[in-house]
Amino acid sequence: MAEEIGLDIDTLCETALAAIAAAPDLATLDQARVRYLGKSGELTALLKRLGTLPPAERPVAGQRINQAKGQVQSALEARREALEQAALEARLAAERIDVTLPGRGIPAGGLHPVTRALRRIERLFTDAGFAVEQGPEVEDAYHNFEALNIPAHHPARAMHDTFYFNAELLLRTHTSPVQVRVMEEQAPPLKLIAPGRVYRCDSDLTHTPMFHQVEGLVVDEQMSFADLKGVLYDFLRNFFERDLELRFRPSYFPFTEPSAEVDIQCVMCGGDGCRVCKHTGWLEVLGCGMVYPEVFRHVGIDPDRHQGYAFGMGVERLAMLRYGIDDLRLFFDNDLRFLRQFA
Amino acid sequence: MRFSEAWLREWVNPPVDTQTLADQLSMAGLEVDAVEPAAAAFSGVVVGLVQALEQHPDAQKLRVCTVDVGGDEPLQIICGAANVAAGMRVPVATIGARLPGDFKIKKAKLRGVQSFGMICSASELGLAESSEGILPLPEDAPIGTDFRAWLGLDDHCIEVDLTPDRGDCLSIAGLAREVGVINRTALTRPDFAPVEPACDDRVKVRLLAEEACPRYLCRVVRGIDPAAATPMWMQERLRRSGVRAISPVVDVTNYVLLELGQPLHGFDLARVEGEIQVRMAAPGERLVLLDDSEIELRADTLVIADASRPLAVAGIMGGAGSGVGADTRDVLLESAFFSPLAVSGKARSYGLHTDSSHRFERGVDPELQRQAIERATALLLEIAGGTPGPVVEAVAESALPQRAALTLREARVGQVLGVELERETIVDILERLGMTLETVEGGWRVTPPSARFDLVHEVDLIADIGRIYGYDNIPVRQATTNSAMRPVPEGAFETDRARLALVDRGYHEVITYSFVAPELQARIDPEREPLKLANPISSELSCMRTSLWPGLLQCARHNQARQQARVRIFESGLRFIPESEGLAQREAIGGLSLGAVAPEQWGQGERAADFFDLKADVEALLALTGAPERFAFVAAAHPALHPGQSARIDCDGAPIGWIGMLHPALAAELDLDGNAFLFELELAPLDLGVAPRFSPISRFPSIRRDLAIVIDAEVDFAAVAACARAAGSELLRDLVLFDVYAGDNIEKGRKSLALGLILQASSQTLTEEVIDDAVGRILARLTSELDARLRD
Repeated sequence: MAEEIGLDIDTLCETALAAIAAAPDLATLDQARVRYLGKSGELTALLKRLGTLPPAERPVAGQRINQAKGQVQSALEARREALEQAALEARLAAERIDVTLPGRGIPAGGLHPVTRALRRIERLFTDAGFAVEQGPEVEDAYHNFEALNIPAHHPARAMHDTFYFNAELLLRTHTSPVQVRVMEEQAPPLKLIAPGRVYRCDSDLTHTPMFHQVEGLVVDEQMSFADLKGVLYDFLRNFFERDLELRFRPSYFPFTEPSAEVDIQCVMCGGDGCRVCKHTGWLEVLGCGMVYPEVFRHVGIDPDRHQGYAFGMGVERLAMLRYGIDDLRLFFDNDLRFLRQFA
Repeated sequence: MRFSEAWLREWVNPPVDTQTLADQLSMAGLEVDAVEPAAAAFSGVVVGLVQALEQHPDAQKLRVCTVDVGGDEPLQIICGAANVAAGMRVPVATIGARLPGDFKIKKAKLRGVQSFGMICSASELGLAESSEGILPLPEDAPIGTDFRAWLGLDDHCIEVDLTPDRGDCLSIAGLAREVGVINRTALTRPDFAPVEPACDDRVKVRLLAEEACPRYLCRVVRGIDPAAATPMWMQERLRRSGVRAISPVVDVTNYVLLELGQPLHGFDLARVEGEIQVRMAAPGERLVLLDDSEIELRADTLVIADASRPLAVAGIMGGAGSGVGADTRDVLLESAFFSPLAVSGKARSYGLHTDSSHRFERGVDPELQRQAIERATALLLEIAGGTPGPVVEAVAESALPQRAALTLREARVGQVLGVELERETIVDILERLGMTLETVEGGWRVTPPSARFDLVHEVDLIADIGRIYGYDNIPVRQATTNSAMRPVPEGAFETDRARLALVDRGYHEVITYSFVAPELQARIDPEREPLKLANPISSELSCMRTSLWPGLLQCARHNQARQQARVRIFESGLRFIPESEGLAQREAIGGLSLGAVAPEQWGQGERAADFFDLKADVEALLALTGAPERFAFVAAAHPALHPGQSARIDCDGAPIGWIGMLHPALAAELDLDGNAFLFELELAPLDLGVAPRFSPISRFPSIRRDLAIVIDAEVDFAAVAACARAAGSELLRDLVLFDVYAGDNIEKGRKSLALGLILQASSQTLTEEVIDDAVGRILARLTSELDARLRD
């Protein structure tokens, strides 16, 4: 009898191991587990038959059955691991993608190069403690001219090519009226820039009827031309990220005295002379000067107690030099093929 | 102003080369725009004398000339010019000469006759734009000398762009003074002796507007030779100054203007009746000017008149009826001081700008008139002969500009310039500039020269000191750090942040002109009358925008016409809105989306952007306010938008913007392909001042119940959401709309909405009972208020 069970065990164990080895997938493997080790599985059934053996034979037969069960169990586990590994590998192989395909979605747009340059200018000045102020674009003649010491028939007015609505109302020709408006409202010390759109009645290859300026104004008790030079050296060198040479040329603005135009060493040729700098090695980028006493008087600041400096720059000019743009009119064509270059 | 370097050097000749001289002028505030050779490069041209000429045997238009060029033998030269004549002195390009344009003169045979050179015209030598015939030279031109050397053509024309304050430098004399100061070089000023009168002819002058003209000089010169010609040297100096030679009288007045800076005028005495009156014009008086234009004079205009009519607009332009002409024999020269205020802006108001008005507007030295009229008389007599009368001078001393001394505080110089200058340096600079100094306590009393109209304040003197000392010699003082912080309101709406949000959502920023075409503006905002420019560049750019849309639409059109099918753009800037209280200049941000929502790409089909894509972008901007729940999209009609796809955007019930699809009729007018979607938001109302505020997160789980309801198609989702929220009260944490459907299985005129209700309490886990009760309440309210029913 025991012999018979023993024989059954060996055969059964071999059959089970063969079935496990042959299981092609996890489902078949699980069927094999149920068939041999399940509640009513064949090996389980053998255990139940132990009771029918003579008591002397039971230990040996029990040991044999448990041994076989252990063998089948570990074969099952090994096979499952192998199958799982294979399945994972198959999945990984199946899920391989071409990582060089382009990404999907909506790509970002970009800021206009003038805004880009303006943000850079504002960042540099605000880091240095300047406030940013705004003023109206439709301005009155008083703030645009008279308060800046440009009376009605002053020859400097002719240089401004002003857009008028009527005798009193115009489009501001520069950001300088913001100086006046701020000084009317706030008491010194003042330290500000005023960026914005300005307008001149002029349109050709090198002029657009609208462009952008940034005005700067600093008023305090002690403020000299040497301080003005310091700020502009600092700004221009940081804006262009280069140790540029600067040149201060005496000039004339009705609202500053002394006044200067500031040239930088040409950023295109490094000062050797090229088409952009008209072979002079210098590029004019700024106008500046010490606030004229008349301007202070217009806003009720005592010119004997306070001194100040002011400067004004054309943003398109700086953007052209910074980004190598060779045609002013591109800024206002707003061609996407142009704009995309500044994203 | 353009001038000849050689002419300047006759007045002052510092030991510096041309480029250095130009740099010096620029760095002294007299900006040099250009330095050009006075004549194009040429060589081998000499002065020749045409001894004889014969007709060319085979060519009707050619003559065979025998020309003495100072060599052993005269040269045989063929010439085609009609004006060539025996006895004429001419410029001759000899064999081997190089003319402008690298044109080399070789021995040539013209129709069988040998020619050993070329007789040149002014244009062939680059001395004129065009010329008729060869250039005749004066009798005293020495035969055989190098033509270039003889005319001093190795000179430069220097163009200075003078600022309006430096009227005193609009002359050789003025520039020479500056160059002398810069180089510490003495002036070699030509000596002008007064011309003694040779007859007693004079014209009476009456000053009837003394403030405008406090000094008027005139002088009769009788019997000039009408056939006289302006000498070559003077013509050349005028040419190098950019002035065309016309006739001796005109050329002499122009020459003195360039030399001394005093505008002069010559009248034909025969056409002046009785006397000279310097008076304001009578309104409506008419005058034909030298350029043949006729103007109607205004009462604010100073004129020179005779007993019966105006002859000239003072300081601006003479009249055609009294000017000198080819037959003028008797001349009346005028040299006057017109006050800058009397001339300023007047020329421009008549659409004129002359060398004379340019100078009077900026200020002519009020002490220059006599010297100038003497100089002009001498030159005129030298060229055209004649008999001079005495100089008649009418002067109103009290109305002449008073040259008051200015106080200069020594300490102030250092305060303004930021550098301490030696006392001697200051005095030296001011004295070199021609100022008179009187030492007073702490400084000086300084009297500037009469020509310097720009020196009216102490600081003007300081600027001049700085200019001559050299701006480059003023130190660069590094800014000290300002450690004071500024308030930063955290709830502020930042335009910059809004721009970046749109950029990140695929928009490109554009900047368009603030003035637009009135027609397009009227299509978009027909209700408002926009602010119109009085002097626009063109009608396309003539009215101030009341909306950002005209610019965005133009920009979309520009790009679509350039193969850019997908356009996503935005702009921020002012809108100019006329209101009863005046013009409102309001900052706004607006955008346009046209074409596909995303650029063409693999793995997803192309879908045209629609209202809701744009709405999401607008919602992203509104989210930046910190209180998006205060904004509402309300269906409303806009003249530029599709009536079924447009919404007004309200903040707390007040309108702040618009969103919608461009009206198809307008899209067709603009030739736009596809549907464009637009939005615009005013920026000021977005500044709600809301900073984030924490509210506790519930520890209890939320649960979701989905509800599909069928409702009238007319009912807005906003009404459904509001109704559900009211019914759900605080238990309803969120409401998700996950489907909208109309069509099969839904009766006509109705639509199905699929709602996800997210329920959560802050103090307990919700029981089935509570949940069912809440969902029931919501459904009941939707049914009773909006006639909703559960979808089958």
